[in-house]
Parts: sequence; structure tokens; C-alpha cells
Amino acid sequence: MERCFKIFRFDPENGSVPLYREYRIDVQPDWRILDCIHEIKWKLDGTLSFRRSCAHGVCGSDAMMINGKNRLACRTLVRDLKKRGVIRIDPLKGFPVIKDLIVDSDAFFERNEAVKPWFVNNDRPPEKERLQSPEERDRIDEPTKCILCGSCTSACPTYWYDKAYLGPAALLKAHRFIFDSRDQAGEERLEILNDLTGPYKCHTIFNCVETCPKEINVTGAIAELKMEILRSRLRKKSKSGR
Amino acid sequence: MTTISSPVLHRHDVLIVGAGGAGLRAALEASDGADVAVLSKVFPSRSHTGAAQGGIAAALGNVDDDSCEKHIFDTVKGSDYLGDQDAIEVLCSEAPQTVYELEHLGVPFSRLPDGRISQRPFGGHSATRACHAADRTGHVILHTLYEHCLRKEVRFYSEYYALSLIREEGSVEGVVAWDVVHGGIHLFHAKAVLLATGGYGRVFKTTSNAHANTGDGMAMAYAAGIPLEDMEFIQFHPTGIYKLGILITEGARGEGGILLNGHAERFMERYAPSMKDIAPRDVVSRAIYREIRENRGIGGKDYVHLDIRHMGKKKILEKLPDIHSFALTYIGVDAIREPIPVQPTAHYAMGGIPTDVDGRVVVDDKGTPVPGLYAAGECACVSVHGGNRLGCNSLLDIVVFGKRAGRRILTDIGGLGMPGPAADVADAVCLRIEDLLSGSGEETAAGIRSLLQEVMMFRCSVFRNEQLLREAQADLARLRTRYAGIRIMDRGRVCNTDLIEAWELGDLLSLAETMVAGALARKESRGAHFREDYPDRDDENFLKHTLVRKGAEGPEISYKPVVITRFQPRERTY
Ligand SMILES: Cc1cc2nc3c(=O)[nH]c(=O)nc-3n(C[C@H](O)[C@H](O)[C@H](O)COP(=O)(O)OP(=O)(O)OC[C@H]3O[C@@H](n4cnc5c(N)ncnc54)[C@H](O)[C@@H]3O)c2cc1C
Ligand code: SF4
Ligand code: FES
Repeated sequence: MERCFKIFRFDPENGSVPLYREYRIDVQPDWRILDCIHEIKWKLDGTLSFRRSCAHGVCGSDAMMINGKNRLACRTLVRDLKKRGVIRIDPLKGFPVIKDLIVDSDAFFERNEAVKPWFVNNDRPPEKERLQSPEERDRIDEPTKCILCGSCTSACPTYWYDKAYLGPAALLKAHRFIFDSRDQAGEERLEILNDLTGPYKCHTIFNCVETCPKEINVTGAIAELKMEILRSRLRKKSKSGR
Repeated sequence: MTTISSPVLHRHDVLIVGAGGAGLRAALEASDGADVAVLSKVFPSRSHTGAAQGGIAAALGNVDDDSCEKHIFDTVKGSDYLGDQDAIEVLCSEAPQTVYELEHLGVPFSRLPDGRISQRPFGGHSATRACHAADRTGHVILHTLYEHCLRKEVRFYSEYYALSLIREEGSVEGVVAWDVVHGGIHLFHAKAVLLATGGYGRVFKTTSNAHANTGDGMAMAYAAGIPLEDMEFIQFHPTGIYKLGILITEGARGEGGILLNGHAERFMERYAPSMKDIAPRDVVSRAIYREIRENRGIGGKDYVHLDIRHMGKKKILEKLPDIHSFALTYIGVDAIREPIPVQPTAHYAMGGIPTDVDGRVVVDDKGTPVPGLYAAGECACVSVHGGNRLGCNSLLDIVVFGKRAGRRILTDIGGLGMPGPAADVADAVCLRIEDLLSGSGEETAAGIRSLLQEVMMFRCSVFRNEQLLREAQADLARLRTRYAGIRIMDRGRVCNTDLIEAWELGDLLSLAETMVAGALARKESRGAHFREDYPDRDDENFLKHTLVRKGAEGPEISYKPVVITRFQPRERTY
């Protein structure tokens, strides 16, 4: 069946203004949107640019706005979208566009790095593995699913207007370590988050949850961080009071 | 069209090309004592190591009785006796420590009730040996290694595409690369270069590999006159989702899943009476194709069923959540209620750049190294996998040998000089880029690539014979000619993915040529290489590694011996 794709185009080398181009191609209902834009690139217009690699939703390269919602092009099938009308594709909102559907995600990754996103445990490691119960492991199951695709941060209105905000993905990364029973740098990270850039900026709008391709409850994780900051303050108070 | 301006220069002690598990583990090690830079054509966390689902093998014995000895023997046997036994010993003996170290770095492995790392059965392993994090093992290992590289302030050049090696008087002194986002040539000078660029499953039509898996590092080495080893050995994983090739981990069968043909028969009982559905991959893939050929595919079609329904909803969602979601998303199959349609999918390159157990690239049977050049991961051939890799041994391989290569580089680096910036080393590459960008032919990279993928799929995959391979050779020669008339639509510099795809296609063509040449010359069947016209293993004539070098007239074949220490070849049954 023929479908029309309306795709955002911008070529920084041509001094041109951003515009939409329409492409009509034959597609199957079980095609991924990634298959569709490949069909366009490979058969009609080699200049169309986008990122992709794994093609099955595990690498996080091809998050883009499809019919107004952030999704992975490789995890969205034609049949998942409305049956008629154009399929509109835009780059992720809130990130500067470099070319076509390729955005500048440097700022996104820098925020991720700001929360000390690495495991810390300064004790001498045991000869074998550190023990962790299945329940403790479960506590961090959701955040370890994150593929850093950027959909959540790009969908967050707070992030659009306040670039100091760490954004949902970076906060989720902090959560992954703070709630890991084996990690020892929780307090330090909470310190970083107890700032105007951290979870207090979240207005629980839930856009991140709605858009996350890994179905992670990002807003829930942020709420847990808020609570943990409070607990940490109380912990410190009772210590200094003694 | 503007011409390409002069290259931007960079200098680092160590330059690692590739940010998958192998590259990152090496970077982590080498950053202990040197200035390390990592170049990657995709952002590090998007490397294909992140797609590994099933697990990483190590004889921890957390679930049943196991030993490194058993792991060594299983790997030797799995390799169909083509693996080098000294290297396999290193791989398996260092496995437990390697996994504990990953755990100490924070990798969130799944756990047993007593808090130890959870393990599950896997194909070709005689004990319960696959340490895993649900079905996202590669993802969590990749992220953890990347995060520790950030901690150690390793310098990343993300979205830089390495084009060629700088080779001066035998030694390697750096890499010429293209800045994918901004456009432009960059020269990276380094005392040591490590290639960790992964596999090249994209040479086939149906594959579990990412679009980025085009074997660039192998092709760069080959172009620089370095031989490639055992390129005819390509693993087809038995269970790719029908038509799409997306992987369903062997862990699904490890957890009890079974394969059924069109008569709802558990056909693996006929092919591998003791191991059945978790026999090694070469055995299972051939069995599936046989069933299909003999008209026992599902509804007579070219696929079979993978049935995990009896595991029950709870266990499926806990142990195989991603698998369940892939089948549901892409083909609308709910694996809790229905069997999954599967067919073999091109998965893993056993061959690659020949190295010793410390990652040093060696060019002949005497172990002569190329000063300054190292390789690790799927692009390398140590060789621990020989004719057929066992599941979960690749994640192990990339971490064990990535680390060893990093350590060896630190030892060697004092003796390696920092080359002066010879200005003309990038000239040839610049010219080729200019040529590609200004080509006025009729051919498109996409068109030639899809023909290439079909040729390889139909003439050089699971079943091979002289006639098919000769046809493939002729087809490749024609495609090579057509490739010269390629035209790139995008004439710009910024994010020119059209240009990158054209360059990658050149690499794929070279590697396809080496594969067909090796397969033609190997007149026997061993591991994943099966010749219908020579269906038996022939130890007398072919218990040896193939080396293929780029010659004036095309690939040139020679051989080197297999290292056999303890296990003399025996008949291989499961
Ligand atoms: C779907 C799937 C599931 C798997 N599951 C398992 C499993 O459960 N257990 C197991 O042991 N093995 C598994 N494997 C195999 C294993 O995952 C891979 O062999 C292994 O991860 C390869 O790692 P690597 O570091 O060598 O390469 P990769 O992770 O592929 O990384 C290659 C790197 O090189 C870079 N690169 C490539 N070319 C260039 C260039 N020209 N310039 C710059 N950078 C470049 C890329 O950007 C990337 O960073 C699986 C493989 C697949 C495809
Ligand atoms: S939390 Fe979800 S949406 Fe956000 S970056 Fe991670 S995977 Fe993407
Ligand atoms: S291409 Fe990897 S997530 Fe879509």
C-alpha cells in the first residue's frame, strides 16, 4: 500500500531554511518506520540523514518524533500508526538539529556524566562475587534497561525551557546507582542532585514515562529520588545532632 | 563541490578503534598508564555488544558442578578442533576471574536466591555456565565498561569513522579517519593502535547484526597487507525471527525451549540425541535447513517453530523479557501463548585479524608481530572459536582478550616511538573520498549492497559447494566492477551517511571475497563451514588455519598450523 511520509529536512551546508519534504512509497503494515526511511534513502533520496544501528530497539540511535510522539523508528511499525493520512517525522524536540533527523546530543550526554554515572565501592572486593539478593537486584532492574535514546529528556517541557535541568535520563542513571545495594557513593550523588538542577525540577508531567521505549517508570524513579534526598537530609541531621 | 581541506592532527599514546566490549575493556586497562583515545563510528553505548542477550560463559559452578577443564574441552570440541588450545586454555581459565571482576565493576548480573550470580545452560556447554543479566547481558556489560572509562577520563571521539591504517615500514603508526558529524579528514598518530571494530554480519541478507557491523577493521588490516585468518567460518545462529533475522537468544532453549518442525516433531532428537536443542549452533542450523529442505518446515515454508510456552508466563517474563517483547512487537507473536517462527540468521565471524593471546597482530605461522598494531574482539582471530563458536564465549573473549591487549600495550609502549606527522599519509584516502563524492556513475551503494547480501546468502551460507562458490566468485567480480561506477547522492560534508554507506560497502565486498576464497580452498566440512561436495572433516589435509592475503590478482591463500596441546581431534557428536 502507498503511504505518504512528510519528513523534516534541514541542510546546514546549503544555507537553506528547514522545510518538510513529502515522499510517497509502497510499504507493508509490518514494516518498521526505519525500513520506510531506509526505502526512501536507498531508492529515492540519498541525502536524507538519520542515525540507526541495531534495528531492533536496543541501541538507542534512532529516537525521533513520529506523528508527534517520540519513538524509536526501529520499534514502531506502520501498523502501529493511524491507518490513513501522512506519517510525519521530525527530529527530537529540544535538541539542536544538525542535519535532517540528526540532532546534537552532546548536552544530553554531558548531563548524564554529571551524576557520576559509574559504580563506586571502595572496599577490597571479595575473592568471588559480591552477594546481592534477587530482591536487591530487582530494585535496579528498570533503570538498567535504559538505552540512552534521549526520548524522555526530549519530551520533557521542563527541559525545553530550563537547560540547567539534568533531565529524566540523567536522573534515572543516578537512580540506578543510588539504589544499588552494592554502591557506596549514594550520598555524594544525592548531594549533586540536591540542587536546582535535580529532581525538584520535575513537575510530574509523565511525558517521559509515556514516551520511553523501554517502558521505564522514569517519573516514579524521580519521585523516589526526591524522597531519598529528604531521607539523606534527615540522616545527616540526626548524625550532627548527636 | 569543495575539495577536502588538510587533515586535522591528533596524537595519543594509544588509539583504540571501536567502543564495544573489546575496545572499552582494553581502554580501561591501558588508561592505567597511558593517554588513551577511543574512536567509534557510533556513540559507545550504541555498539553492538549491547545487543548480546544470553550471557557470558565462566565455570563458576554456582548452579551445578563445573570446572575450567570442562569449559576448555567443550570449547575445543565446539570449535571442531580448529581452535588453538593454548589460547582456549587462557580464555577458559581466566573466565571466572573475569566475570568476578565485571561484578566488582558493578555489572548487575541476575542473582540466585543466595545472592550469587545466576547461571543457565547454553548450547554446547556441558554444565550450567552462562552468567547473565536477564536477556540483556551485553547491554549491562557495555554500559558498565563505558561508565568506568568515563571515570578514568578516557578521551572519546564518537562518530568518527576510521578509514585506513597508517603503515610505515612495517609498523603501524596511526589511523586516518572521517569526522562523520562535521565532515573532514583527521589524522590520528599513536604509538599503539588497537582494532576492536566487531563483526560483519551485514554481508548477508538475513542477520542478527546491526547496520554498523560491516567489518571495517578487518578490511582496513587486509587493505594494509595484513592477512586475515579463517574467514570462511561464519556462524549462523539457529533462531533468528523469521524474515527479520532479529535474534532469539539460545538462552531461550537453555531455559527449556524446544524446536518443532511442521509435523510438530522435536526434530533435534534425531540430530543430536544427547544435547538435543542445545547442541552447538552449526549442528542446529544445519538441522533446521535440512528439515526445511525435506519439506518439514512450518506449512512447507522456510522456517520452524521455537516453543517456550511450557516455561509459563512468570518465568518467560522474568528470564526472557526482551525476547517476549521482540516477538510481540515485530511479528505480533505472544510467546507465552504461541510458538515463535524462526530461521537461521548470520550471526558471528569466527575468523578475523590473526593475533596472539596478548592481542598482538601476527602475520604468519612464526608469530611475527606487526609493531604497533593490536586487535581484540570479534574482529580478531586468536583463535579461540575455531570452526564454530560456543554461545556466551564471545562476550568472554572480548573482555578477556580486550584486557590482555590493553595490558600488553602498556608493557610495549615504552619501546614504541611516537611517529612524526608525515603530512602525505592521508593523500590517498582523501583522493578516494573525493572520487566517491564526485562519482558520476549510475550505481547506488544500496543497490549493490542488496545484491551482495543475496549472493552471500544463497551461495555462501550454511550449505556450500564448488559450483555455488564459483558462481559467488563470479558474482563478486561483477559487483566489484559495478562498485567502481558508484554515485553518491549526498554531496555534502555534514552527516553524510550516504558516503559512509558507500565506504562500508567497499569493505563488505573485500571481506566477501576473502570468505569465498577461503571456502573454495577448504575442501572439507568443519564446524560452520559445510561443503556438500566434501561432507566430512579431513584432519589429514585441513586441520590448519587459513590465511588470506590481498594479492595483485585477488585473495591469496596460505595456511598455518593449529595449536594442539592436550586434546587430539576426535569425532564430534552431541
Ligand atoms: C544479537 C546478538 C546477540 C549476541 N549475544 C551474545 C551472547 O549472549 N553472548 C556472547 O558471548 N556473545 C553474544 N553475541 C556476540 C557478541 O555480542 C559480539 O561478538 C561482541 O559483542 C562483539 O564485541 P566487539 O567489542 O568485538 O564489537 P562491537 O560491540 O560490535 O563494537 C564494534 C565497535 O567498533 C566501532 N567501529 C566499527 N567500525 C568502525 C570504524 N570504521 N571506525 C570507527 N569505529 C568503528 C563501532 O562503532 C563499535 O563501537 C551476540 C551477538 C549478536 C549480534
Ligand atoms: S529512560 Fe527510556 S526514554 Fe529515557 S533515555 Fe532511557 S530508554 Fe530512552
Ligand atoms: S536502531 Fe538501535 S534503537 Fe533503533
